[in-house]
Amino acid sequence: MTDLSRRRLLVGASGLAGLGLSGCDLLPEGPQRGGAYGISDWLTFRAQRWLMRHQPLVREFGPEMISAVFPTINTTDPDDPAYRRSKEAGFSDWRLPVKGLVERPTAFSLADLKAMPSRTQITLHACEQGWSAIAQWTGVPLAHVLAAAGMKPEARFVVIRTVDGWWDSYDLFDALHPQTILATGMNGGPLPVAHGAPVRLRVERQLGYKSLKYLASIEAVDRVDGLGQGRGSMVGELGFSWYAGI
Amino acid sequence: MAADEASSPGLHHPLWVRAAHWIVAASFVTLAVSGTAILLALPKLFWGETGANDAPAWITLPLPVDLEQTGWGRNLHFASAWIFATFGVGYLALALLGGRLWRRLWPDRDQVRLSHLAGEVRAHLSLRGDGAAATAPRYNALQKFAYLAVILLLAPAMLLTGLTMAPGVTAAVPELFTLFGGRQSARTLHFLSALGLVLFLGIHVWQVLANRPGLLLRRMILGRARRESAP
Repeated sequence: MTDLSRRRLLVGASGLAGLGLSGCDLLPEGPQRGGAYGISDWLTFRAQRWLMRHQPLVREFGPEMISAVFPTINTTDPDDPAYRRSKEAGFSDWRLPVKGLVERPTAFSLADLKAMPSRTQITLHACEQGWSAIAQWTGVPLAHVLAAAGMKPEARFVVIRTVDGWWDSYDLFDALHPQTILATGMNGGPLPVAHGAPVRLRVERQLGYKSLKYLASIEAVDRVDGLGQGRGSMVGELGFSWYAGI
Repeated sequence: MAADEASSPGLHHPLWVRAAHWIVAASFVTLAVSGTAILLALPKLFWGETGANDAPAWITLPLPVDLEQTGWGRNLHFASAWIFATFGVGYLALALLGGRLWRRLWPDRDQVRLSHLAGEVRAHLSLRGDGAAATAPRYNALQKFAYLAVILLLAPAMLLTGLTMAPGVTAAVPELFTLFGGRQSARTLHFLSALGLVLFLGIHVWQVLANRPGLLLRRMILGRARRESAP
């Protein structure tokens, strides 16, 4: 495990200032539901955001801690004709559109993403089912991609959709965090198909269900309550919390 | 007041203790039920940081695997946890600051003598409540040990091991991982503490039923009941 003082690093200059944002802009209310569970969600969200007010990094491990067993759940090979064709072509024709509240809507190729500054982190993945595993992830920080597309100041959330029909949203507090990356590599090699090739998201301060696989598009928006049933995510519509820091 | 005390010997409970008792008890029951629902997704326990279905487990619990209970289980678990933590911490703060924990729950010097403890153990092993405990002027030593274990050890362990499983909390307080030896160790200790609390609950209810349940329940609900009869 690396030095815990790493967690004291702030998002600081590179991520936030580059997007012209101050800390206050990072805390809009997320999507909410009514009733007792809505209150409980709100308490958890606010309490955790207060705990993380200095934008800590999660622990990172040494390579000796990488797990021999890293489960793959839900989709492990998308049954989508376009995806299958792209997979056979080694994802050479694959594109990741970044759109919405951005100055320069862009469709990035895998090569574009790999040419960007990358971060490699060995972190603990915790699933809401109870299992946990450690892996090394390599990829460009989402903050860099959003800055490259020129995210507009009025953007407050980032909506991500996947090849297999999942979608989720993230406020800028997490979207711009330095450990939030678009992973194209795992454990030193290319990202395997079962783990979300060609690109998956890593959101290290929330449970695994926020780290979507098989990314299809990224969209910057100012609000998410008009999407779907207004729960902010696909799993939100299945009864799970939008915020998964617990 | 003095007349009430004289007419109904035994220990009474002020309103804040009664309220905390029932609210924490109710939230513990929903925590245990929803916790079991969450556990069914992976009824195996591990030590260290990592653990998964295909990784070697410390214990495989004799429970059915069911991935469909996680959603409602998590919702109910965290809503209940907020209630459990709020009223549990509130009770502990008042009991510590007001001295109640020391006065009522800390064993007296004569109670911790080996001969006395041996007598208590023998009395408990006879498995016969005679109702005397309900009107005793103080709790017996085993009872005090049990309450202290719940209040100072098991309940705080539940809360802290639970928080260790929250990635948003450990991002800010990674020392929790160090304290418990990793996320899966925290999960295992969370289960073992819960088992301890369920065991306590079972014995606690049984002891009430064996020792004048009507009187004890009335006192924990109504406090110093006016029409309470002398034993």
